[in-house]
Amino acid sequence: MPQSTNSGFSAWLKRDLLLAYRRRGEAASPLIFFVMVSTLIPLVLTPEPTRLAMVAAGLIWIMALLATLLSVEGLFASDYQDGSLEQLLISPQLLPMPLLGKITAHWLTTGLPLTLASPLLGLMLSLPTSGYLPMLCSLALGTACFSLTGAVGAALTVSLRKGGLLLSLLVMPLYMPVIIFGTATISYAIDGLNWLPPLAVLGALFAASVALCPLAVAGALRVTSAH
Amino acid sequence: MSWQWFHRLGSPRWFYQTSTRWLPLLALIAAAVLITGLVWGLAVAPEDAKQGNSFRIIYIHVPASFLALAGYYIMAIAGAVGLIWKMKLSFMVMKSAAPIGAALTFIALFTGAIWGKPTWGTYWVWDARITSMLILLFLYLGVMALQYAYHSGDAASKAGAILALVGTVNIPIIYKSVDWWYTLHQPATIKFTSAPSMHIDMFLPLLVMIVGFYLFYAVALILHTRSEILRRERKTAWVRELVEPRAGV
Repeated sequence: MPQSTNSGFSAWLKRDLLLAYRRRGEAASPLIFFVMVSTLIPLVLTPEPTRLAMVAAGLIWIMALLATLLSVEGLFASDYQDGSLEQLLISPQLLPMPLLGKITAHWLTTGLPLTLASPLLGLMLSLPTSGYLPMLCSLALGTACFSLTGAVGAALTVSLRKGGLLLSLLVMPLYMPVIIFGTATISYAIDGLNWLPPLAVLGALFAASVALCPLAVAGALRVTSAH
Repeated sequence: MSWQWFHRLGSPRWFYQTSTRWLPLLALIAAAVLITGLVWGLAVAPEDAKQGNSFRIIYIHVPASFLALAGYYIMAIAGAVGLIWKMKLSFMVMKSAAPIGAALTFIALFTGAIWGKPTWGTYWVWDARITSMLILLFLYLGVMALQYAYHSGDAASKAGAILALVGTVNIPIIYKSVDWWYTLHQPATIKFTSAPSMHIDMFLPLLVMIVGFYLFYAVALILHTRSEILRRERKTAWVRELVEPRAGV
């Protein structure tokens, strides 16, 4: 088959982007959540800029993680309910490519907006200026890892009625390497060190996730959606 | 022909009956080794020059940590065998390995905290190994929670196996990143880089305890698997026969 490598990737990417566009309100909630939680931080910690700057990088990462976790739950939910997931599973295509298309659409509608909104949060939490570019780069890679790994959790819990909380329990330990290297990228830059090495590790994590996660998602969906 | 033993392993009934025969012997050996190790380690081995008697908790702490990590791999391998060869028994082993492993991880963390108080003056430090252990506990809890969430046994087993395999790929990455994170933030007050090599009189009982813990783990796993077999096969004739033997049947 000549078009087999792409088979389904762009079709499902387009479809999910269109669906997200038609449900704009729903798609915006992770972003609103991301910005809203950041207003809590000065309230619970301190409004003092120097002290906020110390914790800004880590808090932005934790908020990005929570926002992704909230949204990744719905990745397969509506497809499972209306039966289109089943159609995908019995189609003759290779499963990982359409799934990668869906995950890419998820990143484009949550991870990318979060990344683009992060400078605003950096400003509000008085992140030092040297941290902005590393924050953008590391969040772009890191949220992609979140979407890919989160998809495995979403696939494992798709047929459960209260899957959302369980999904967070399953996926959170797997997110820890991403969080470690993501925050390190920003703090290296703020301390004036070379921030490319931790970013490179983040890139390696991303590459491994792209290669492995769609396979795990495919395997998980075959098990759980039949249930 | 040479694969016959393997196919026999797939039969829960065969496993149950064979283990009935061998389990008492295995349990006896495990108890003997554990008692030897405990008496040797707690009473006979010399006192530590710096830590005094408090170091003796190592004889529980280290074997438990060993088995906690090995247990995750045993669980994941059992899950993989179940997924690949569709072996029912292997899924039962996987399900049984999760709570045992979680308990051992908890014991390792708990004894570590008790040991930490007299040696470092605090129950908890964010040290690389402790943090990794805590994440391992979360991974175990995730596998357990996923299996309990499903009503159908088949979906629970396969979903749990996939999650365990994903965790297996991630464990080395998590360990390495936590290690790296710790070197970034290493506090100067607590140092335990290369501990001075143990004296042979202290090391031998530790070795005995590690072997004892492996044996104990095997006994616990077999016992747990046996009860899981009875639960899942409760509708079959041989289990009913076993539970309520009727005359003339």
